[in-house]
Amino acid sequence: MALLFCLAGPASAAPPDVSKAPAGASACLGCHGASETELPSLNKLSASEIESAMDAFRSGAREATLMNRIAKGFTPDETRALAQWLVTQGRAP
Amino acid sequence: MSLTRRTLLATSAAALAAPALAQAPAKVVVIGGGFAGATAARFLQREGVSVTLVEPNAQYISCPFSNAVLAGLRDLSQQTFTYKAIAAQGITIAQQAATQIDAQARRVTLTDGTVLTYDRLVMAPGIDLNFAGLPGYDEAASTLMPHAWKAGPQTTLLRQQLEAMPDGGAVIISAPANPFRCPPGPYERASLIAWYLKTNKPKSKLLILDAKDAFSKQSLFTAAWKEIYGDMIEWIGLSGGGKVTEVKARENIFVTEFGEHKADVGNVIPPQRAGRIATIAGATDQTGWCPIDPVTFEAKLVPNIHVIGDAAVGGGMPKSAFAANAQAKACAYAVSALLRGDNPAEPKLINTCYSLVKPDYAISVAGVYAPAKGLLADVQGAGGVSVANAPASVRAAEAHYADGWFKTITQEVFG
Ligand SMILES: Cc1cc2nc3c(=O)[nH]c(=O)nc-3n(C[C@H](O)[C@H](O)[C@H](O)COP(=O)(O)OP(=O)(O)OC[C@H]3O[C@@H](n4cnc5c(N)ncnc54)[C@H](O)[C@@H]3O)c2cc1C
Repeated sequence: MALLFCLAGPASAAPPDVSKAPAGASACLGCHGASETELPSLNKLSASEIESAMDAFRSGAREATLMNRIAKGFTPDETRALAQWLVTQGRAP
Repeated sequence: MSLTRRTLLATSAAALAAPALAQAPAKVVVIGGGFAGATAARFLQREGVSVTLVEPNAQYISCPFSNAVLAGLRDLSQQTFTYKAIAAQGITIAQQAATQIDAQARRVTLTDGTVLTYDRLVMAPGIDLNFAGLPGYDEAASTLMPHAWKAGPQTTLLRQQLEAMPDGGAVIISAPANPFRCPPGPYERASLIAWYLKTNKPKSKLLILDAKDAFSKQSLFTAAWKEIYGDMIEWIGLSGGGKVTEVKARENIFVTEFGEHKADVGNVIPPQRAGRIATIAGATDQTGWCPIDPVTFEAKLVPNIHVIGDAAVGGGMPKSAFAANAQAKACAYAVSALLRGDNPAEPKLINTCYSLVKPDYAISVAGVYAPAKGLLADVQGAGGVSVANAPASVRAAEAHYADGWFKTITQEVFG
């Protein structure tokens, strides 16, 4: 968490550099926005919560209607990168 | 000004890192304020780019969920969005259509004669109905046999015809060959019209005449139709003689190679191609769609013009609002990187399309896409459709999530 905070520090001073968004991350926001709907917002989650949810969807440890089909398209490294981006620069406006 | 920028870009890419961008904002013109164009405009503006969005209509009427309007489950006003929040964000809106593009001089001409210059152009005009592809069908014919494939008055007209039809009537929907806007759309439409018929005019029938032998989520739709609608819905594919070769709009007749089908309500979903401005720009190939680079979405046929959404082709991504929105964000990042003189990162894209079969019953298809061999190809092992034979609770959950998707995406694009 402390490390994440450090990462977020300089990034939030400058305009959000969304062009550095890791592959796939921005597409998450098409369903998971700033406000809670029938689908959860990712804004209230930590990077590790997003990452472990994705890992569980990928392995099938966590049941889902659809997220299991999406999570299988991302490697663990890609998942980690997108989770970190989503809790820093990628926060849904 | 754009000349200055080009010179700068050529001399020193490094000098154009983020701070320099803030001093001399690059200019991007976005054509089309649909799911693709409006998203691209918003994300580019947040990057510090000076954005003009060219869109002739003051309101956007969403096709997603418009099939529910046909069934009387929603009102068209719930489909309607404005450009107010986009303007308030600092995006200039030109309420005009783009009529000419000079790719060499990087200029766009609008209906009123205004000329806009750009460093890069993002083109997102959606589809045009390809009337030349279906004899007997044109703008005038669509006032008798609506397509309702662009939401708005056409949606209202088809709804009115369904309401006026007596019990025991025959509804016919014709579906085109691939590729076309929203591959599961005709079958969601058939489902929801059947819902209206079952609950209001149960002696009626619905026939789908299809120019294909297979369609999106076919086995899920087919199973659901049987379970929910018995034998109300009949589907005839290409090899069964389903391809419509002509329509006689005044008589409500669909002509196939095997004979004629007379409808009480006829819904013609004609062949399609990229919006005409894409052809004017020289970005379309002989198929009528715009081939694109899978990393930058730059048109393969014209430089400095990026094409996103339904107008683009290049791989497995379906023509959906979800895909249009995801492509727009990836394209915005790529365009912003190019304007800074950086190399755009390889994107990974997601698509998710829900189809309602009845009010509390939805099925979905999902995919993950990445650049491979010049195309946006399916990432193997990911994606696919909802599980077969799922309990009602799973179908109800997907219907619930579909509502959430619509709220989130319309908030991101227009809110
Ligand atoms: C019945 C139906 C149901 C659907 N359901 C779903 C669904 O559930 N989920 C889903 O993801 N997708 C769905 N879709 C697909 C979705 O509507 C499209 O994929 C999406 O609208 C594509 O976005 P776009 O921005 O490329 O095009 P559009 O949304 O069509 O936007 C194009 C815009 O460009 C403007 N334009 C055109 N020419 C010019 C010009 N020369 N100058 C300026 N502006 C111009 C137009 O006015 C328009 O506003 C459905 C479609 C239909 C027909």
